[in-house]
Amino acid sequence: MGFLDNLINGISLGSIYAVIALGYTLVYGIAKMLNFAHGDVIMVGGYVIFTMMTTLHVNPYLSILISMAACTLLGITIEKIAYKPLRQATSLSVLITAIGVSYFLQNMALLIFGEKPVTFTSVINLPKITLFDGQIIIKSETTAAIIVSVLIVVGLSLFVNKTRSGRAMLAVSEDKDAAQLMGINVNRTISLTFAIGSGLAAVAGALLCSTYPVLSNTTGAMPGIKAFVAAVFGGIGSIPGAMIGGLLIGIIEILGRAYISPQLADAIVFAVLIIVLMVKPTGILGKKVSEKV
Amino acid sequence: MALLEVKKLGISFGGLRAVDDFSISINKGELYGLIGPNGAGKTTIFNLLTGVYKPTDGSITLDGVNLTGRSTIEINKAGIARTFQNIRLFSNLSVLDNVKAALTNRYTYSTVTGIFRLPKYFSAEKAMNEEAMKLLSVFELDGEADTIAANLPYGKQRKLEIARALATSPKLLLLDEPAAGMNPNETAELMNTIRQVRDDFDMTVLLIEHDMSLVSGICERLSVLNFGQLLCEGKTAEVLSNPEVITAYLGE
Repeated sequence: MGFLDNLINGISLGSIYAVIALGYTLVYGIAKMLNFAHGDVIMVGGYVIFTMMTTLHVNPYLSILISMAACTLLGITIEKIAYKPLRQATSLSVLITAIGVSYFLQNMALLIFGEKPVTFTSVINLPKITLFDGQIIIKSETTAAIIVSVLIVVGLSLFVNKTRSGRAMLAVSEDKDAAQLMGINVNRTISLTFAIGSGLAAVAGALLCSTYPVLSNTTGAMPGIKAFVAAVFGGIGSIPGAMIGGLLIGIIEILGRAYISPQLADAIVFAVLIIVLMVKPTGILGKKVSEKV
Repeated sequence: MALLEVKKLGISFGGLRAVDDFSISINKGELYGLIGPNGAGKTTIFNLLTGVYKPTDGSITLDGVNLTGRSTIEINKAGIARTFQNIRLFSNLSVLDNVKAALTNRYTYSTVTGIFRLPKYFSAEKAMNEEAMKLLSVFELDGEADTIAANLPYGKQRKLEIARALATSPKLLLLDEPAAGMNPNETAELMNTIRQVRDDFDMTVLLIEHDMSLVSGICERLSVLNFGQLLCEGKTAEVLSNPEVITAYLGE
């Protein structure tokens, strides 16, 4: 049953990657920028929950809501201060700024919470699922991660495709200037995109820290980068692509760790990215980009 | 009183004076043409009128409201909508969603209402669908509401762009080379469409065009632009027979 256990762990980790990848893909799809600070917003979300629960003894679910509100606000603020002034700049400038924001958040957390990692108490309080007379145990964190990621993918697709704000987001992603001239407020739409992406980061933070209960100022960095790989793998800009990419990267990482080499697991994930970029540069569900002459 | 009143409009890009001392006055319900050789500054004037560029000098007044220096969104809300020289639809969205995207400002409900699908979501979306379909049927595009915009034939994409612009409920419609790339049959059909828009929507139209059959066929008055300055203006037939205009187009 070892393989099934590993597969379940892979799906669990993959679901978390999927939620993070959704944030990447949403912001990239609409604002056309890679927000490398996304992973660190997850870390901030984790610390907010930790502070609420452990220091202030707030109810776990209320802590998640507070963390979502805090991250949403943080996302909007980052966009306004760091990215908005660069709306007309080259994508390279924006990318470097995003890396700067990432280091800023990491070091602020270091300053406030110190370098010693803290132990996170799981926010999830569901029963375990036991199968085959106890041979397979599905942890409540796994169940929660899977349910939450599916709900978010479905909800986000419905929101983007079927609502007024979602349509404005799609219009902005297609042609910012034309959208503006049709009366769509581009700045507000991009702000909303960051708000939703960062709110999702808080959820991802809750899931990540509950599953792997050690929290430090660099907690978000590696999962952030791997989720970015997942978003590219699935086809960056595509919501279902982020889900598929996230699950596959999670499964590949866990199986690689179990059957190939624990030390090489991360290398395998990045090797997958390189192969995908060579074979299908747009990812599994990515749209074919055709240059019109 | 004129619907659009532009006085002594000018813009400089660094040392280049792209438009200088440009004035125009368009009456409500008029079909007005803006013509001139390539590079004369016609599209720059459209960009000034829609707020994409901010004028260095002069003023723009629509229906008595001063729009000089306002943002594109404010100007669109005040009632100026446009199409583009090279079609700029939201090409991966459906025909219906292209029009609905342009209705964003007119049927509002909050993001929260949208996420939780509160009753207002359904009533607003229904109203949007009805208005969008009504607009599409005017352009005989209602049968293709679910088609992805990029898959429409060229002539229909042009029509969809006009429908999308009208969805913002403008007082003045700016058409930037609507007949570009069209064959004579499509151009003739387009002329009917533009007239129909004027009559059905009680619209005022300012258009840039190089196709003289379209210009002489539907425009009531013309302004001719050359090197960023107004060369002459007046009734279409008079302007087109003006020797100065002929020289500007064909050279000495």
